[in-house]
Amino acid sequence: MTDNELIWRIAGGSGDGIDSTSQNFAKALMRSGLHVFTHRHYPSRIRGGHTYVEVRAKDEDVQSRGDGYNFLLALGDSFARNPQDEAYYGKEELKPLYENFDDLREGGVLLYDEGLLDEEDVEEIELEEAAEENGWHVVPMDLRGIAKEHGREIMRNTAGIGATAAILDIGTEEFETLIEQNMAGDMQEANLAVLEDAYEAASELDIDHDIEVPEGSHDEEQVILSGSNAISYGALDEGCRFISGYPMTPWTDVFTIMSQHLPEFGGISEQVEDEIAAAALALGASHMGVKSMSGSSGGGFALMSEPLGLAEMTETPVVLVEAMRAGPSTGMPTKPEQADLEHVLYTSQGDSARVVFAPANIRECYTQTRSAFRIAYEYQIPSIVIYDQKIQGELRNLPASHFDEEPNADPGSVLTEEEIQDAAHHASGKFQRFLHEPEDGSNVSPRSVPGQKDGRYLATGNEHNPSGHISEDPDNRIAQMERRLNKLDDIRADLDENTSHQTYYGPEDAEHGVLVWGSQQDTAFEAVDRLNENGHSVKALGVSDMAPYPVEEVSEWLESVDQALVVEMNATAQFRGLTQKEIGKYGDKMSSLLKYNGNPFEPAEIVDGFESSINGEELAATNMKYLPAAGD
Amino acid sequence: MSAFSAIGEDREIERDEFTPGIEPQATWCPGCGDFGVLKALKQAMPEVGKNPDEVALFTGIGCSGKLNSYFNSYGFHTIHGRSLPVARAAKLANPKIEVIAAGGDGDGYGIGGNHTIHTARENHDMTYIVFNNEIFGLTKGQTSPTSPKGHKSKTQPHGSAKSPIRPLSQQLNAGATYIARTAAVNPNQAKEIIAEAIEHDGFAHIDFLTQCPTWNKDAKHYVPYTDVQQSDEFDFDVSDRAEAAEMMRKTEERLYEGEVLTGRMYIEDERPSYGAEKRAIGEMPEEPLAERYFDEDAEWERTYDNLLQHHK
Repeated sequence: MTDNELIWRIAGGSGDGIDSTSQNFAKALMRSGLHVFTHRHYPSRIRGGHTYVEVRAKDEDVQSRGDGYNFLLALGDSFARNPQDEAYYGKEELKPLYENFDDLREGGVLLYDEGLLDEEDVEEIELEEAAEENGWHVVPMDLRGIAKEHGREIMRNTAGIGATAAILDIGTEEFETLIEQNMAGDMQEANLAVLEDAYEAASELDIDHDIEVPEGSHDEEQVILSGSNAISYGALDEGCRFISGYPMTPWTDVFTIMSQHLPEFGGISEQVEDEIAAAALALGASHMGVKSMSGSSGGGFALMSEPLGLAEMTETPVVLVEAMRAGPSTGMPTKPEQADLEHVLYTSQGDSARVVFAPANIRECYTQTRSAFRIAYEYQIPSIVIYDQKIQGELRNLPASHFDEEPNADPGSVLTEEEIQDAAHHASGKFQRFLHEPEDGSNVSPRSVPGQKDGRYLATGNEHNPSGHISEDPDNRIAQMERRLNKLDDIRADLDENTSHQTYYGPEDAEHGVLVWGSQQDTAFEAVDRLNENGHSVKALGVSDMAPYPVEEVSEWLESVDQALVVEMNATAQFRGLTQKEIGKYGDKMSSLLKYNGNPFEPAEIVDGFESSINGEELAATNMKYLPAAGD
Repeated sequence: MSAFSAIGEDREIERDEFTPGIEPQATWCPGCGDFGVLKALKQAMPEVGKNPDEVALFTGIGCSGKLNSYFNSYGFHTIHGRSLPVARAAKLANPKIEVIAAGGDGDGYGIGGNHTIHTARENHDMTYIVFNNEIFGLTKGQTSPTSPKGHKSKTQPHGSAKSPIRPLSQQLNAGATYIARTAAVNPNQAKEIIAEAIEHDGFAHIDFLTQCPTWNKDAKHYVPYTDVQQSDEFDFDVSDRAEAAEMMRKTEERLYEGEVLTGRMYIEDERPSYGAEKRAIGEMPEEPLAERYFDEDAEWERTYDNLLQHHK
């Protein structure tokens, strides 16, 4: 366990400003030259209820939330102070303190707001005993009092930042700048005063601890943003100017960001009555030639099943985003899980012709959303970007230059009016929009758009002949099915040639492998580094292409390892199942490490899981499950 | 804009431009009321001066969905109950296209009821024709949302215990700004109403009575009918919400008592359409969004120049 890093956890009640405070804290550290990563944990409620955010900072790229944390700022839950008579609240306000005891590292600092938490209550939860056992430095401070002196209790969080800065000896300059940039007038003045008072009060305490915040510098301009930002920006840069949706956690983030920016980009956002309508609107706009998207989370995406099938059958391009959360049914709305993979791959009747990407991180959220649009519109196929509650809200820094890309508004395989004049037409006067054998030898038959002269055709969810008229002719059926499904092979070849979405990590000649997909990739990579430091010989493959599946890449990689641990956040090893289905061999090489308790993996958990699988031991941890390889 | 040269062509439109060639062959039963909708729709086109390439017709599933096959325009035969959300976005994406949606009573008042209400509430500038034959036809004669109480069918062998939906009143309450009922047996009125609905700037809802000679033999063939605008008995102000509501109540009740009332039920001209409202608050571009993708000189903003500043 190295401590050349800060993992700072701020805990309080929903509504105490935990989220915005952590964002500012992370941004300030980034500006000071560090690399940062945030991990959010919050309940499904609006006011009150224990919520925390971790900010991990190092002098090199941060791949995951890390293991545990070493500094707790426990504000207490101010919304639990005035319980209503009708319901039992218990010791709610203390939760942000005692629920965080488990992961605080030995020798860590625990700063709590004694202005909110009564001393006798704190005694009751045996803080002192826990602190002694773990060598924690406990720092009670009246943050509420400091905030109240300047007018508003909510500024407890600013006081917490001031105190943190003093204890960690990182100065307040960056925080002051942020307050000056984000606030104005009395509010700005009050916050600056609170920051200063808390800093001074904490400085006098002279806490003797071993946490050293590293110093670093960036060689190019950095930005800090979330996965939801990156997906939205990827869509906008790829010319998406229409979104339709219905609010649902955690998809709402992308929907909100797009809705806020589309008007200034000349686009349209529509919040509609349900997810069936949302997906249907996206198809309607795309049918007219506009690059469009929609999306949802588990249950909302279930409602999109039929419009998704319609998009496949009518070859209407569209991009859907599926932000996974723990299921089944309503499940755990604010907790991440990777259990919608099969849902997204197979939902809707008939044989699927769709593209599914699962980006690993914020960097890939941007590039793969752009890929999803490019592929959807070039190949006239629905693309789905599947991510989860982990990436949607976590913040991470990356070079601004990553986004310095040319926009692409090409609507894809659409004909001009001149080309329509020369194209084949049907006896009913309709343009042959669904040719069995498109002229360029590809499987994409170019389309027209309403308003173009002589481009009339019928788009229908029924099987149809080249002009779009309903047809149940067996030969036509085979030709159209083949053409639609063969696009997936073309897309695979296109991706292999132009953009690899897979990530190879670790020494090429390593003996063992970790196979991982979607949002758990970077955490697994951090674990691989540690395993190699511990004397193992391990490499990892991170897969983002769920459909069309990168059969060749994964086969070659599996061929090269003795055994592979497949790491995923679900209970039924969905990705391992997909891999076996697609590749049809190596079932005896793949075992699974599964986690589905609502929290993403920590690197140490993957390290432990790998080591116990190699040594043939039982998994000690009770929050994960090990599934042996086929035949074991 | 040369990319869409069909839009706004200034020429005489012939009704036959909307008739496909020898294919596809009609699959509606002989005597089906759906032929009446097709005919009226084709006849209305020269009146409103729209050519086939600037009309987009969106249908749902069922016999009514075949309208797209026999009407020669751009068409999107969607899925059951979902023609309206697809059509709504089409109108927003390119307001210069004449958008028409059509579906059956099961499609519009049953499975798609939610969309029917919300599309009216938002007052999208489009025309919606509901083929109301009080029955599910293509699935072979089950009770539908407009079947009378007591209606016996294979799925309601004891006779339906449900009262029928009141589509006109429902759409008045929802916010439709043009509401009419017409019938296949009254071709002139049907043509006039469709033409008015298309020219109306807002959501026009037409409840179109279409007899089903195969599955609904028991029901009247909607003759004789009374045009409420032509009758002295019904002297009401079609722009007055309260009077319109009363007229609709009578119309809906009497249909099940054997008296067929048709005509314009409510017309509201002052309320701006949804697109106009959206443009007024800056949430929709002045020029059709669809055209921008075909404009070689269009400038496309990028996030690097606009949005990344917030993240530094």
